[in-house]
Amino acid sequence: MSTLRYRDAVRAAMIEEMERDERVFLVGEEVGHYQGAYKVSEGMLERFGPKRVIDAPITESGFTGISIGAAMVGLRPIVEYMTWNFSAVAFDQILNNAAKIRQMSGGQFSVPIVLRAPNASARQVGSQHSHAMEHFYAQVPGLKVLAPATPADAKGMLKSAIRDEDPVLFMESETLYNVKGEVPDDPELLVPMGVANVAREGKDVTIIAWSRLTHVSLEAAAALEKEGISAEVIDLRSIRPLDEEAIVKSVRKTHRAVVAYEGWPFGGVGAEISDRIQRLAFDDLDAPVLRVSTLDYPMPYNAKLEQHVIPSVPRILEAVNQVLYRS
Amino acid sequence: MSGGDAPGMRTAPTEGSATAPDLGLFTVLQDDGTAAPGVDHGMSLDLAMRAYREIKRLRLLDARMILLQRQGRVGFYGACTGQEATPIATALALAPTDWVFPALRESVMMLVRGFPLRTYIAQVFGNSGDNQKGRQQPSHMSGRAANQVSWSSCIGTQLPQAVGAAWASKLRGDKAAVIGFLGDGATSEPDFHIALNFAGVYRVPCVVICQNNHWAISVPTSRQTASATLAVKGRAYGIPSVRVDGNDVLAIYSVVSAAVARARAGGGPTFIEALTYRIGAHSTSDDPTRYRSQEEVDRWMQRDPLLRLRRYLVAQGTLDDGLDADLEKTMNAEIAAAISEVEALPPPARESIFDDVYAELPWHLREQREELLRSQPAPGHSGG
Repeated sequence: MSTLRYRDAVRAAMIEEMERDERVFLVGEEVGHYQGAYKVSEGMLERFGPKRVIDAPITESGFTGISIGAAMVGLRPIVEYMTWNFSAVAFDQILNNAAKIRQMSGGQFSVPIVLRAPNASARQVGSQHSHAMEHFYAQVPGLKVLAPATPADAKGMLKSAIRDEDPVLFMESETLYNVKGEVPDDPELLVPMGVANVAREGKDVTIIAWSRLTHVSLEAAAALEKEGISAEVIDLRSIRPLDEEAIVKSVRKTHRAVVAYEGWPFGGVGAEISDRIQRLAFDDLDAPVLRVSTLDYPMPYNAKLEQHVIPSVPRILEAVNQVLYRS
Repeated sequence: MSGGDAPGMRTAPTEGSATAPDLGLFTVLQDDGTAAPGVDHGMSLDLAMRAYREIKRLRLLDARMILLQRQGRVGFYGACTGQEATPIATALALAPTDWVFPALRESVMMLVRGFPLRTYIAQVFGNSGDNQKGRQQPSHMSGRAANQVSWSSCIGTQLPQAVGAAWASKLRGDKAAVIGFLGDGATSEPDFHIALNFAGVYRVPCVVICQNNHWAISVPTSRQTASATLAVKGRAYGIPSVRVDGNDVLAIYSVVSAAVARARAGGGPTFIEALTYRIGAHSTSDDPTRYRSQEEVDRWMQRDPLLRLRRYLVAQGTLDDGLDADLEKTMNAEIAAAISEVEALPPPARESIFDDVYAELPWHLREQREELLRSQPAPGHSGG
């Protein structure tokens, strides 16, 4: 075990996999000479050279399309976007190409590619830089979408993603890059996709979250404990594939559920989870499933307004009190 | 004319004054059926005859497929009629290890490079004989065995992918060249800019070929760009660019061969504008009489690549009316036999729709498949 920051864990995963498999390379804006916009790829150009750590011209759809082409003929690209927000201009390559080439070609071609970047709010960067993009991508069959919350999961899941035969979208967070945690050193220790983690056990209510909101939910659970309420926090880690079983199992135990996440309330992953809970555990529920999401509003720049818009501990507590019928 | 490999011989231009992409047009086949004197186009008579057979077969095949669509036996088709020379001469200039990232009208390159006719036709029916398992629209064929991927209907997206495949080739040092195709309309897409920009910066073994057939469905090239030619656009990216007569098999073969040779030798990408004309409709969903004159079509029929190559082969003594008639008869029989054999095949097994979404069948699709298999098959669907 080593204590690593989240960004170092992501880097460790890339380095180990690039050393293991020469087909793996990293491409993106500023990943080489500049050492990464968030220093995730620090030192990698020096380690692997410019053929495997590639500074791309500023065209997200370009280096996405180029990497899809390279993947189709046998390489295993890791694409870094400066943030997931900028993947919007590469949406067609992701939606119509990466996700569909295996299916459309009758299984003749595959796209083993990892697209990774920080996602969701990042403190005062305004509406164009604060999108929670998992909601857009998780809808698409053919894609896998991961959003780990801890350094250990970041490393173990990114390694799984790089070794996977399908396109994997890996959602990091600027607000998590400095989070420290214990990370296994064993390069063969992978964290599987589609398996949620019980981040905190409890019996009165289930809070389902992923990425940064796992930490916010754990804070909320700590506050609830002081009031004598035992909250279970499920860290999904993987949005698609989704660990439906873990969600249902927890709700069968607590009978109450709150889904906490960044992203707008209309549709999206939170609505999907709520649907599954009411469908699969209806008889076990003692209250409607509630969602704590980003408000249905483009992200404001002002710090106070931003805090009002993104999900917070008080809003999670409020939702938990509602499902427990506490006033 | 630019210098070539053999001193004293004229070879295909890469970029030079006489073929300046904004002005010139590289042509070899003359109106009288001769090849321009002193041009080393590099295409043997045998290979030219092979090209003729391929063009002829495609023309017959396209006509039959359109007929099948009109009869409601297949859903969609996009014919290549009038612009067969460019994909076919290009296919003949490639090595088996080279890759093709086509647009709408280059599916035939797979056939030329050895893909079986029956499987090709099965793709138009989308039935159990189709290697794409009935999932892709016709004229979006792909065959891994022929190193050809499927086109994406979102215009131009295949071009960055072609550059990416070429980049993989360069990183691995495996000497494969990659050919990416587009039409004139796609030059307005960002992906065209992206592909040429990356190809130039990374200096990859890629040849980007634009079939300028003058019409993007109903939009003429003059409404697509104010540029005098499309070839000149390649210059802005630092890429040697050529404008070639796209209905001239000898000229295309020679230009593409030179570009592929340079790509293989590490000389980087080439952009080729092949000037041609779509004689038929954009697809079976289109009626071109609504936007262009018959007089314009008739004028281009005089430049028909099949007729021009035929004139050349007759002048060379390789082809005559009798041989041509025999050829047509044999090919029509071959196509008819393939259609009747393929059309009789059942649809893909219904449970196959869950395959290939992911490398491994996820649990939720496995459940859906089991549910489907518990229900009665639809009438006429014997599969599953």
